[in-house]
Amino acid sequence: MTDQVPPPSLYAAREPIFPRRVSGRFRNLKWVIMAVTLGIYYLVPWIRWDRGPELPDQAVLLDLANRRFYFFWIEIWSHEFYFVAGLLIMAGLGLFLFTSALGRVWCGYACPQTVWTDLFIKVERMVEGDRNARLRLHRQEKMDARKLRLRLTKWVLWLLISVATGGAWVFYFADAPTLLVDLFTGQAAAVAYITVAILTATTFVFGGFAREQICIYACPWPRIQAAMMDEDTITVAYREWRGEPRKHSQEAKNAPQGDCIDCMACVNVCPMGIDIRDGQQLECITCALCIDACDDVMERIGKPRGLIDYIALSDEVSERGGAAPASVWKHVFRPRTMFYTFLWAGVGVALIVALFIRSEIEMTVAPVRNPTFVTLADGSIRNTYEIRLRNKNNDARLFRLFVKGDPALRITLEGTPYGSIEVPADTSFLQRVYVIAPPGSPPAQSDRQDLRFWIEDLTNGDRAWKDSSFIGTGNQP
Amino acid sequence: MTKVPPKQEGDPDTTGHSWDGIEEFDNPMPRWWLWTFYITIIWGIGYTIAYPAWPLVSSATAGILGYSTRGEVITEIAAVEEANAGINAQLAEAEITEISLNPELNSYAVSAGGAVYRTWCTQCHGSGAGGAVGYPNLLDNDWLWGGSVEAIYLTVAHGIRNEEDPDARYSEMPVFGDILEEDEIAQVANYVMTLSGGTPVDAAASQAGEAIYADNCTACHGENGLGNNDLGAPNIADQIWLYGGDYDTLVETVTYSRYGVMPPWQQRLSEAELRAVSLYVHQLGGGE
Repeated sequence: MTDQVPPPSLYAAREPIFPRRVSGRFRNLKWVIMAVTLGIYYLVPWIRWDRGPELPDQAVLLDLANRRFYFFWIEIWSHEFYFVAGLLIMAGLGLFLFTSALGRVWCGYACPQTVWTDLFIKVERMVEGDRNARLRLHRQEKMDARKLRLRLTKWVLWLLISVATGGAWVFYFADAPTLLVDLFTGQAAAVAYITVAILTATTFVFGGFAREQICIYACPWPRIQAAMMDEDTITVAYREWRGEPRKHSQEAKNAPQGDCIDCMACVNVCPMGIDIRDGQQLECITCALCIDACDDVMERIGKPRGLIDYIALSDEVSERGGAAPASVWKHVFRPRTMFYTFLWAGVGVALIVALFIRSEIEMTVAPVRNPTFVTLADGSIRNTYEIRLRNKNNDARLFRLFVKGDPALRITLEGTPYGSIEVPADTSFLQRVYVIAPPGSPPAQSDRQDLRFWIEDLTNGDRAWKDSSFIGTGNQP
Repeated sequence: MTKVPPKQEGDPDTTGHSWDGIEEFDNPMPRWWLWTFYITIIWGIGYTIAYPAWPLVSSATAGILGYSTRGEVITEIAAVEEANAGINAQLAEAEITEISLNPELNSYAVSAGGAVYRTWCTQCHGSGAGGAVGYPNLLDNDWLWGGSVEAIYLTVAHGIRNEEDPDARYSEMPVFGDILEEDEIAQVANYVMTLSGGTPVDAAASQAGEAIYADNCTACHGENGLGNNDLGAPNIADQIWLYGGDYDTLVETVTYSRYGVMPPWQQRLSEAELRAVSLYVHQLGGGE
């Protein structure tokens, strides 16, 4: 047998990454976005909003038990869930728009995985030091007192952030001040503790240990995004025509040299552990930290900034040919992004219009068709309808119910001799309603007649209507 | 488009497959993936030990946690019954005619009664309570034995023509085929058709039938055919027919009589359930 190279292992351990500290405009932008997004996440449940004595005073609240979603002045009932569906469609289209215009900006700046990983790395750096110190600590095999102390401190801080993160989540589903006390006194529901525990564990593991593995192996979004990017998409890229050949490479010894001095600054700051100079890679989340790192180096060696920069791939090609890059606006405003913007705005306008035209009172009418009609002793034909009355006001309202259709039709309500019904504040009420056609009248003999139910709020005269139909004996053999 | 760079040292291996110049990387899988795979296997084995899993000849392994979906249902039902024990006691003790004045109790009774109805009553009276031939429609305003809550309760608890319960209401229509001649039956059937405003098949026979009706039928159905709830005698002057108001059906009814029975429910249902289903039926649209 000759010497044979053993086949490579099917599995590879995770290569630890030790991103170096970096400063610059994109790093500053990321700090601001981190502060804003985390601030929103942790603080929003604590904003109070007065809705009167009968309703919760939490500005943003998902009240699952009562099927209500409160968002400042907007209250959405479960039957209006299409608003949430609309918002999700807008979020999806928004992602399409941003991806086709600016690449993976979501991944780089706003994704929770990125934001919390960034925060965890910040904590790690504060406790264990910058890249070189962390590398030394990693390579030191003996777990001495110092290493143990640093590791434990880091893990405890991570865990505190994780508990706060998991804890903040449940505050969106119940009154935050009450729940906070309940959580600490053991009074909260089991599901609250389980949710906090699961989200604590995922935050701790994903932010502290899994990090880029989530983006590379678990998240579907990077794969979908590839379909939305094209050569006009502005993304983080290396100006190869300017940088190569690198100063330290063999062939550059006697040849003209590029701007890249192979200092590895871009690689050392990368939280994904890649080399941006290799071109577009699925690991790259376009966090732009390599831009900051490279700009810093370029400034120090007296070269123009932008060796690594936000550029479109078509610019890279045209610049290589000596042409100037196209303007940012030309890249951003193209049919594709306009189409996404148009769709996004269309859904948004539709939602806003729907929000403003919705009434404080509402009804749904479900005709009871088992049986289709009832013959009464005197031969009258009666149809039954289950009418759900919704009162979204903060106080009880008296609703008058009436029917428009054939003049022979009469309406009665089950359980009350009156034609009106009181619906308590912020509730819906199911009322069985009978519509009776006298014997021999046109609706009694027809197979089907249209009619319209009206409700009137007797407090302010608001009205709402729903169409339905009356079925008579006409269809009977 | 970007050109494919020539292969360099340090580039990842490829599988050797190439389609239109597109090659497939042969990157190793992350080690932690392998571990999650092993963990799922361990979890799966643990699951089959903890929960019912392995099929045996006539049953399956029970699992050391002793879990069963049936047991879960039993626990849940017991929990609901325990939670409702208070209001059920209140329902069983309240004056039956005054329950509807207590909105909370009434609302509970109607909901609970709906569940009882759907379990026990739909087989004959239909899921929509519209009845069938021989099985009364519970939605209309025509009642054989009375449509008040008490009357409905009496019917549900003791049944109708239930010979084993002395409290059950009982009546029997004579078999007139043994009493009247065939042409007399034809005449009275024709007359009965006119009581509800219908047109008789034979007008002359109908006139002759009036006297036969007066002699044989008024004791129960009344002079004008309005019936008698105490005897369960149907109103035959209205537009509602249990078996049918056409000539042939009327002849059949008069000749052979009818004998509809309803089973008693007080042995099977609790007092609260009996009251609940009575209130439910009462509010279906025809209660008196």
